[in-house]
Amino acid sequence: MSNRRKSTLIWLSLSGVLLCAVVLAGALLGERAITADFTRKNLPPCPAFPFGTDWMGRDMLARTVAGLSLSIRVGALTALASAVLALALGTASAALGGWVDGAVSWTIDLVMGIPHILLIILISIACGRGLWGVTAGVALSHWPALARLVRGEVLQLREAPWLRMSRRLGVPPGRLLWNHLLPHLLPQFLTGLILQFPHAILHEAGVTFLGFGLSPEQPAIGVILSESMGYLAAGRWWLALFPGLALVGVVALFALVGERLRLLLAPASAQE
Amino acid sequence: MSHRLQFTVKKLIRMALLLLGVSLTAFLLMDASPLDPLQTNVGQAALGAMSPEQVARLEAYWGVNTPAAERYLSWLGGALRGDLGVSLLYRRPVLEVIGQRLSASLGLLIFAWALSGALGLALGILAGASRGRWTDRLIRGGCLLLSSTPAFWLALLLLIVFSVWLRVLPIGLAVPIGAAADSVTLLERLRHALLPAVTLSITGVSGIALHTREKVVDVLDSDYILFARARGEERILRRHVLRNVALPALTLQFASIGEIIGGSVLVEQVFSYPGLGQAAVSAGLGGDMPLLLGITVTTAAIVFGGNLAADLLYGVVDPRIRRGAARG
Repeated sequence: MSNRRKSTLIWLSLSGVLLCAVVLAGALLGERAITADFTRKNLPPCPAFPFGTDWMGRDMLARTVAGLSLSIRVGALTALASAVLALALGTASAALGGWVDGAVSWTIDLVMGIPHILLIILISIACGRGLWGVTAGVALSHWPALARLVRGEVLQLREAPWLRMSRRLGVPPGRLLWNHLLPHLLPQFLTGLILQFPHAILHEAGVTFLGFGLSPEQPAIGVILSESMGYLAAGRWWLALFPGLALVGVVALFALVGERLRLLLAPASAQE
Repeated sequence: MSHRLQFTVKKLIRMALLLLGVSLTAFLLMDASPLDPLQTNVGQAALGAMSPEQVARLEAYWGVNTPAAERYLSWLGGALRGDLGVSLLYRRPVLEVIGQRLSASLGLLIFAWALSGALGLALGILAGASRGRWTDRLIRGGCLLLSSTPAFWLALLLLIVFSVWLRVLPIGLAVPIGAAADSVTLLERLRHALLPAVTLSITGVSGIALHTREKVVDVLDSDYILFARARGEERILRRHVLRNVALPALTLQFASIGEIIGGSVLVEQVFSYPGLGQAAVSAGLGGDMPLLLGITVTTAAIVFGGNLAADLLYGVVDPRIRRGAARG
């Protein structure tokens, strides 16, 4: 499989294009997603409304796309924030050592000890719920795994010959970090970032579903699914099926791309 | 043996400190909340209609005006004596609420934990042993898809299929609606717990299977397997792979406790199952600080306890660690 690089690149650009398309479509369809029309309420899927309509006659396709675009934006923001946090803390922990290392390791254990959902709920409450609550919650709870990885990497790199030599030659620490350490961490960082993304989206949807995240007026996937719960017993399966399916599709795509990148960058499996 | 004891004591002290940290973190987060417990629970209209004395009494009940440090220290003092305070929503001791809710959830959690662990291990070994073939691809693809599926959506789907379309399983709660608590049979309880338990198990499988596969592939690539093959040994899987995968599998199994508990919060909410997870959600939405704090500390204690158990079991499973500890 010499063309794994190529196929990964194709998958990566494909998901990038899809991402932009959904965000764009979400912006365009935003108005349709909240327009109620009581002449067409509770329609099962049909050619005009492929995803059906809800009890207020809102087009579920438009709602799903708008919700997906909202989820992607929150997911990208939180994944980026937590990956940067992980990079900073992991590097600081390994490079400075001593009590900084102890404190960071202890905090990692602490954050990992509280189930994610519970921690996100707590942080979201601290921020007064809403968009920023859930964003802060997801960003602040997803960094430990990557931080641990970065820490291990930096610990190894620290003893690398070229780094020891530059240190002896008197290269200032800032430049050492920027020129010699960060380029080596970049692949780990990018893979971690992409693998962070599916988790971030899923947790945002889950916390919103529970009522601690985005407010009910916003067409987020979590809100849509939570609303659908009241109508499932009446047999309106399409309210839950399609929005969830779309979410699974996006998340699976990114999990796949992240996994392929990880395999490519790991020396043991790069040549498979 | 004294070495093992020393190790355990060290771990226990670290665990106690972490628990202290968890309680302080949770407390500070809840304290920082701009949400007013009175507004959330009593409502703006009702507050406006009350006399100032009534409002003052309510404020005292929800602890609005007591300084944060004083509240935390008094909570901590009580917690050390085994008193976690009184739940503001349920108006009963927090410990009692947690005990009751946990006993409802525990069966669910243990079933899901055991089933997802066993299934994940079996699938992971199967996939790793048949690396590159279609079984491997199938399992890997399935796991990828499963790990991308939100637990609560899966719960909704199962609910639609089994409760709405087929009508073979109840739609929610832990007991039939309107039935007296002592007239409910065990079978009824099991029927109500089945869907939540299955949902929870399915969501836990993928992580364990994928990680186990990774380990199996590592082991199969090792020199000792090559040597064993060269000697024409049979039953390599059982003699060499299983033994070497046992340690990471143990770690994975005990590390999955937190995830299972987290999943139960979502799944219990969908099935209106009156367990610990659902209590956490009501406590969070209702601003019931003592209960949410109690639940956070309890779940963290369970997670840390799991980690400790894994650390102790390493020595039991792996003779090298046991001997290493004795020598050191």
